[in-house]
Amino acid sequence: MSGSEPLLRVEGLEKYYESESDFIDRLLGRQKKVKAVDGVSFEINEGETLGLVGESGCGKSTIGRSILQLREPTAGSVYFKGQDITTLSDSELRDLRKEMQIIFQNPQSSLNPRLTVNDIIGEALDIHGIEGDVTRDARIKDLLERVGLNASHANRYPHEFSGGQLQRIGIARALAVDPDFIVCDEPVSALDVSVQAQILNLLEDLQDELGIAYLFIAHDLSVVEHIADEIAVMYLGKIAEIGTPEELFVPPQHPYTEALLSAIPEPDPLWEGDRILLEGSVPSPIDPPSGCKFHTRCPRVIPPSDYEFEQEEWRAVMSFRHRAREEDIAVETFGDDDDALTEALRDELDLPSSLTDPEAERVVEEALRSVADEEFAAAESVLRETFETPCTTDEPALRRTDAGRVACHLFDPAYESGPTDGTRTDDGAVTGDGAAASGDD
Amino acid sequence: MAMLEVEDLNVRFYTDDGVVKATNDLSYRIEAGERFGVVGESGAGKSVTSLALMRLIDEPGVIESGEIRFKGQNLLEMNEEEMRSLRGNEIAMIFQDAETALNPSYTVGEQISEAIRYHLDLDEAAARERAIETLESVGIPSAAERYSDYPHEFSGGMQQRVVIAIALSCDPDLIIADEPTTALDVTIEAQILELLEEVATEFDTAIQLITHDLGVVAEFCDRVMVMYAGHPVEMAPVEDVYYNPQHPYTVGLMSSIPRIGDDRDRLQTIPGRMPDLIEMPPGCNFHPRCPYAEESCTRVDPQLVDVETGDPADPINSDAQTAACLAHTGELTGELEYEVTVRGEDDFPGPDGASSSAEVTDR
Ligand code: SF4
Ligand code: SF4
Repeated sequence: MSGSEPLLRVEGLEKYYESESDFIDRLLGRQKKVKAVDGVSFEINEGETLGLVGESGCGKSTIGRSILQLREPTAGSVYFKGQDITTLSDSELRDLRKEMQIIFQNPQSSLNPRLTVNDIIGEALDIHGIEGDVTRDARIKDLLERVGLNASHANRYPHEFSGGQLQRIGIARALAVDPDFIVCDEPVSALDVSVQAQILNLLEDLQDELGIAYLFIAHDLSVVEHIADEIAVMYLGKIAEIGTPEELFVPPQHPYTEALLSAIPEPDPLWEGDRILLEGSVPSPIDPPSGCKFHTRCPRVIPPSDYEFEQEEWRAVMSFRHRAREEDIAVETFGDDDDALTEALRDELDLPSSLTDPEAERVVEEALRSVADEEFAAAESVLRETFETPCTTDEPALRRTDAGRVACHLFDPAYESGPTDGTRTDDGAVTGDGAAASGDD
Repeated sequence: MAMLEVEDLNVRFYTDDGVVKATNDLSYRIEAGERFGVVGESGAGKSVTSLALMRLIDEPGVIESGEIRFKGQNLLEMNEEEMRSLRGNEIAMIFQDAETALNPSYTVGEQISEAIRYHLDLDEAAARERAIETLESVGIPSAAERYSDYPHEFSGGMQQRVVIAIALSCDPDLIIADEPTTALDVTIEAQILELLEEVATEFDTAIQLITHDLGVVAEFCDRVMVMYAGHPVEMAPVEDVYYNPQHPYTVGLMSSIPRIGDDRDRLQTIPGRMPDLIEMPPGCNFHPRCPYAEESCTRVDPQLVDVETGDPADPINSDAQTAACLAHTGELTGELEYEVTVRGEDDFPGPDGASSSAEVTDR
């Protein structure tokens, strides 16, 4: 890359929404903030692609729209060619849109059904003016051919095209203004596999020829791998891990990246890998978990150093704690018998009949009794106060490792209690002495 | 006799633009407890197939000819009453969009116990109890409490669990799952597939899984039918299709899947798109997109044949690998040439079982 300034630099981007609330809530100022994007930074160089991946609700689409100023960011800066565009006036923004474009998941809904393809692309040309001395029609013809459409179809209407062809029209429209940067928001998610591959190849060809940079938003890691120079994995409004595909796909990884990768169904009937099944779903961004936002589902959540836990036991205790906090444990269905009740609770919570560490067992039993009395808060607090883990108290920062940047305490030498898994960090040190995690000693 | 036998099924839609041939002489079978995959891209006719099984084809569509035999009885000859008691009772359905499959104005518990009472003739209390058990068996935490929650209070993955619970509540012999995980995030998809796998094993339920995702089929199915333009182009046990595909369309589909860790710069594609089902290309419907097409392909409509012998396929009685391509009947001068690479370390499956997979490259 030439020069020190990347084409696009996003710094500390935040986008908060007010949660839906009723009149009384508003009156009392009880509205809650939904942190859709919660402090995200990254850079994209000229002619390169950043893939932004995550499950629904992780904030990836909001980022795309905030960069283009289609949604005003709550905080943070977006530098395009060195200029902070969050401070631009409307007319300056309008000029900027010549350089930054977007293509959507459903081209059907973003193309005016009453206009011919000729008019759709012509409109974009008119708004931004045509450069050079080509005629308007020649330019349209050129654009259509460039995206692999038959130029003689210019007089047809959107409904006469298939989904893949419509996406090509959407791309032609974006190209009409000769942009340097395009946000591709799930551009192939609605397409069949064979067509998906055609569009991905087309986007790559256009990048090679025209040097356009992409922010490629997708929920599917295998789709971005082919097109991205760098990939950011997002979880609940934050970047969990960012790096080149090579860095990201080779362990050690952020536990969330690891789980996402392992969840992709492998097109091989005899594949025998172990699938990591995450429990539950992504928590609500209205009241996100403390510390590391992934701790409610993380299979590798760090156990407290002064107790001995099998990793699975500890995961179950953490989930117990989370469900106590959410008051999401059914109690009244299990008769009156005390023993039967705690046994049923253990069963419901996937807790073994007795934990490895007798001290820990005592604490968990106390919490179970509180739950039996429907004292959820008491159960939560005894678990929280006794078992300390950085995962629930400290928010992990993105740290540079040998392979990309990762936001997880397992990669931080400051926390010595992680399970031994050869997790390397900056200086090549291995974190975790394994004492807490291994049950075989 | 297999549990389900579909023979020469023809579904047509009479539209203003012409007659849409949604399925053409479609034949297949599903054994009790079997997991049968139906794969293809949009317009291949896979969803029509499942609707036909439930006799849910609406105007302007008609089931023009053929038989659908379920435990020996032809569904197409049943009256509405008989059909109603079969639906949900012996054959249940799971759709892509769980939210629309659920009634927003009843609690999920009511919807399940209603299904149970309708089909199993239980009183209210017993139906409630069975509904709670079913909710528990599909992994809904605090099932008794959530019994009285409304669908909108559930996440997408949880809604799909409820739909599965409804499907299971009457202990059906066959579940038709039409893209059951397509609308879900990948980590939730993994949970739901695992759940389907568990319940299918536990209750010995047969599943017809309709999907566009070859990864899902590989993971889940015993046999698979690849559909193109309303008819099967290849049908075989899952391993045969993945390690030794015998139809150019199957090969194209497999090679266009983006795979993590492959070194291909460009993805392989199948040029063009699915033909218009009103005006199908003559001869082999796939010829305009097929890299191996020859002149004969534009004239001769290839029949589904046993790829070993070239004899006409017998999808109702045989498990042989079958494909509909002239290469298997000696009517093609050239040969189908492609490469199947099975990724793995030295031997297969990989020693740690962690990273082996088949990858198909066209020519
Ligand atoms: S910080 Fe803790 S909870 Fe978060 S990803 Fe790392 S191990 Fe898991
Ligand atoms: S019959 Fe011809 S066109 Fe059809 S799949 Fe075989 S080679 Fe291709």
